[in-house]
Amino acid sequence: MTEEIIIAGFGGQGVLSMGQIICYSGVMQGKEVSWMPSYGPEMRGGTANCTAIISDEQISSPVLNRFDTAIVLNQPSMDKFEDAVKPGGLLIYEENGMTRKPRRTDINICSIAAYDESVKMNNTKVFNMIVIGGFLKVRPIIELENVIKGLKKVLPDRYHHLIPLNEEAIHKGMEIVKEEQAVKK
Amino acid sequence: MKELRLMKGNEALAEAAIRAGADAYFGYPITPQSEVIEYLMRENPADRTGMQVLQAESEVAAINMVYGAAGCGKRAMTSSSSPGISLKMEGISYIAGAELPCVVVNVVRAGPGLGTIQPSQSDYFQAVKGGGHGDYKLIVLAPATVQESVDYVKLAFELAFKYRNPVMILSDGIIGQMMEKVELFEQMPRSTEEYEWATLGKKPGKDSVIVTSLQLQSEEQEKVNLRLQAKYREVEKNEVRFETYACEDAEYLFAAFGSCARITRKALDMARAKGIKVGIIRPQTLYPFPVDEINRLAGQVKGILTVEMNAGQMVEDVRLAVNGKTPVEFYGRFGGMIPTPDEILKALEQKIIGG
Repeated sequence: MTEEIIIAGFGGQGVLSMGQIICYSGVMQGKEVSWMPSYGPEMRGGTANCTAIISDEQISSPVLNRFDTAIVLNQPSMDKFEDAVKPGGLLIYEENGMTRKPRRTDINICSIAAYDESVKMNNTKVFNMIVIGGFLKVRPIIELENVIKGLKKVLPDRYHHLIPLNEEAIHKGMEIVKEEQAVKK
Repeated sequence: MKELRLMKGNEALAEAAIRAGADAYFGYPITPQSEVIEYLMRENPADRTGMQVLQAESEVAAINMVYGAAGCGKRAMTSSSSPGISLKMEGISYIAGAELPCVVVNVVRAGPGLGTIQPSQSDYFQAVKGGGHGDYKLIVLAPATVQESVDYVKLAFELAFKYRNPVMILSDGIIGQMMEKVELFEQMPRSTEEYEWATLGKKPGKDSVIVTSLQLQSEEQEKVNLRLQAKYREVEKNEVRFETYACEDAEYLFAAFGSCARITRKALDMARAKGIKVGIIRPQTLYPFPVDEINRLAGQVKGILTVEMNAGQMVEDVRLAVNGKTPVEFYGRFGGMIPTPDEILKALEQKIIGG
């Protein structure tokens, strides 16, 4: 199993930390992982993306141009990465702020209203955990318990009381992710 | 006990410096390398091992602080990225001339000039062919993984002290910024050895130790040069390191180093899936260069494609090693652009197989 993922959105949406959490969780599950951020003169509100790779085998290139899954959280990211999804791959997009639907017909497409859900939860900071939940529902490559173990590893002790909230956010994401288009792989 | 962590290349390298028993680090921030000094400042190794960390007022100051520490026989390291390394070159030449050990890390970004902060391998010539003035060589290690970033810090200090020569770790923006699993080696003690070449104060009954790269008599300077050349021949004999993959039945060969070798390895997997028998050689030491192995493989394959994130630098050394035995072609992206596995495969098919 190798899952090559691009996560892209605005800076401040938690794009880079989503990739890190997926990778930490992968480590907890005994997988090989690689995380590569776009780094540059970027700031809150600018664009950010990272490549996360989870695999049973040693990972060759940390930098890719085609992906099994693209998680896009704003319109510029969808414009940039929709075409980079491999045929039969997966595109997950956040509904809020999108001005158009994806156009591809040869990939699986899911949408998630993660921002609205985070508002309902009274905590927009868990936005990215809701998205992770949606992703793991569609691509169950990592078990939830390993995500929690990963979170424990990433977060300093003083934030450990927030782990149940994050877990709830993951469950919410699993509930609300919507399949919009399915193709055979 | 060995310890498994998920770390950024730059941070892992900084932690490795502490664990390798370094006495001092002097640096100055520059993207994409700043995490090295940030990590060391945050970690404050003075509490752990007594290692001193200082942000110098400039890159020039940092390399001269390294010169001073090395002159006292201490394990000193500095790091920067391309424009900063250019500033350090005068000091590096002096350290090579004075025959002192130190470790210099270059997390390469694209140039020339201030260039861009994105990854590149365009400092190959600077690292391998000189960079500073005079007939000197750096031992150059090229990590391709976060793990190698860690392991090569330890190796770099060993080689620096074995040969009393500066060692450069030629990383790049990809290796520096990416996170991977890494196994950290155990904390090593800081060395307490008092080397006889080190300036530790004049001892009664012993001559003064003078550290210098200045010889005003040409006869003396030539002796220094001859001694350096003899040392470099020893390095070439003992320290060549490389990795080959899928070369046994290879009809074609990739040559690539550092992060670019990993992207090329992906292209190799794609080529093999199409039935193209291609292998790869990845020099881990850029100086000394794996001349003999490349020459041997050149006798086996129908062509070699060198892939680099520059306009073609290592390819010159590959051609010298191949010495006309088989065609050598080049594919590269530069300016901070990263070649894709698809592009590399296409270049192999067009320039080597089709050509």
